[in-house]
Amino acid sequence: MIDREQFRQILDNGVWHQNASLIQLLGLCPLLAVTTTLVNGVMLSLATIIVMAVANVAVASLRNLIPHEIRIPVFILVVAALVTVVDLIFNAYFHELYLVLGIFIPLIVTNCIVLARVEAFANKNPPLQSLLDGVFMGIGLLWTLALLGGLRELIGGGTLFAGIDMVFPGVHGLQLLPADYPGFLLAVLPPGAFILLGLLIAWKNWAEARAAARKPDAGSDHRSPLPVADGV
Amino acid sequence: MSDFSTPPYLLQQGTSVRRVMVQVLLALLPGIAAYVWLIGPGIVVQLGLATLAALAGEALVLGLRRKPLALFLSDGSAIVTAWLIALSFPPLAPWWLIVVGTLFAVIVGKHLYGGLGQNPFNPAMLAFAACIVSFPALMSQWPTLGLQLGFAEQLKMIAGLAPRVDVMSGATPLDALKTALKLSNGSVDVPTLLATQDVFGNFAGRGWEWVASAYLLGGLWLWQRKLISWHAPFGFIAGLSSLALLLWGWNPQQFANPVFHLFSGGALLGAFFIVTDPVSGCTTPKGKLIFGLLAGLLAYIIRVFGGFPDGIAFAVLLLNLCVPLIDMYSQPPIFGLKDEP
Repeated sequence: MIDREQFRQILDNGVWHQNASLIQLLGLCPLLAVTTTLVNGVMLSLATIIVMAVANVAVASLRNLIPHEIRIPVFILVVAALVTVVDLIFNAYFHELYLVLGIFIPLIVTNCIVLARVEAFANKNPPLQSLLDGVFMGIGLLWTLALLGGLRELIGGGTLFAGIDMVFPGVHGLQLLPADYPGFLLAVLPPGAFILLGLLIAWKNWAEARAAARKPDAGSDHRSPLPVADGV
Repeated sequence: MSDFSTPPYLLQQGTSVRRVMVQVLLALLPGIAAYVWLIGPGIVVQLGLATLAALAGEALVLGLRRKPLALFLSDGSAIVTAWLIALSFPPLAPWWLIVVGTLFAVIVGKHLYGGLGQNPFNPAMLAFAACIVSFPALMSQWPTLGLQLGFAEQLKMIAGLAPRVDVMSGATPLDALKTALKLSNGSVDVPTLLATQDVFGNFAGRGWEWVASAYLLGGLWLWQRKLISWHAPFGFIAGLSSLALLLWGWNPQQFANPVFHLFSGGALLGAFFIVTDPVSGCTTPKGKLIFGLLAGLLAYIIRVFGGFPDGIAFAVLLLNLCVPLIDMYSQPPIFGLKDEP
């Protein structure tokens, strides 16, 4: 089925080495538009994780039946069906959040990460590996979106977990900075998202360079080539 | 330790960045003197705060980048950025506003792009844009003229110890004109407004017109010293005043005259100290002229039809983006060839 080394590699690629937001730079549109708060970022990531995991399993199971020439339309159909399900679930159970996230839930269909993983991984690997790949890629997305959303929220308004009552009624967000904190609005606006994303990428490169410097020969042995896809 | 030499396209050769920067600071002094005299001594505190913040931010990043501290700190470029920020921010803004703006300019605007000579955007204008987008209310609170505050009271206000709201109802002359025109909805014309309202002086804003004149004086001195060429300032002034002239000629009731626009807001500070930036501006003579012209046109459009108090910062930032393109299409002919480069 799956050996330890394979599992570790899928985990490593999804969460760190081929992180969708920091390395592949896929799905920048929701990244920039939705991560104004931590809750928004996390919830959109969760929706994407569900879609990616199920889509990967579905495509991996059907991969020998899908004609190569029309595989992209088939992938899109599978993903679109799943996104519709997630969209309806959000509308039914987290209606306020659904209104906040708005168009970005339906737009998961066009999110490059989903299509990139289906095309680059699920189309060539068995279902179990594909499931893990979808989940770990999603977790990679989750922590970057959570970090970015948290930073933007904290710098922009001095709060954390604002709007959590949309998910857990009765729970309130934290006001971390004093109430008269004026709020650095730039962080909440798209330029702030670009600047903070740039800083996160720089931080990741710095961390990797430091790690590489510490053990010089264990460099890029376990990295597979990057899947090619357009960034949206 | 060797000093930096200036890039080869500057007119005055054989000088160092430090000498150029010191002369730019000297050229700002008449403007600062007029500012202190007519608007208030609070600006001195802001200049000091901005300078300290710029040097601290510079030292921090230089330390992180393991660059020689003394060489870069003493080149004066951070201080020029700091002074331009202080002069374009409201003089009684709370202390943290100018510190945040300056740190943003030095760290994000300058060093994240590679430091001295590498920044595609004018750091001072970046700070202004970031702050006016983030804190629009604070950035639009200018002291009302005739507001006679002692130095101690101004200091208290900058430190955030005194209440702001009741005394800080002022707007810049540009803003006052725009708001009055919008509120009256056509029933008041510009000449009456300029003649009757207290904010306006002889030919532009009361007090501010002389500050702007002093900037002009300093800028002309820079030009006479051959530290800046005439192209960019001339282009900027021509762009701004030609559009102003056109609209004023078409409808003098609704549009202020070109002199008012030239001596209001940051126009002359921008013309001589901001569009002339050798790093973020164009390098070819024709390019400088085009850069100035377009920046002037854009600045007029943004300040008259836009929602912000002044348009210089956004105009300059947008034109900074176009610099590589303008430079590419404005290469001077190679020596010995007639027309074609």
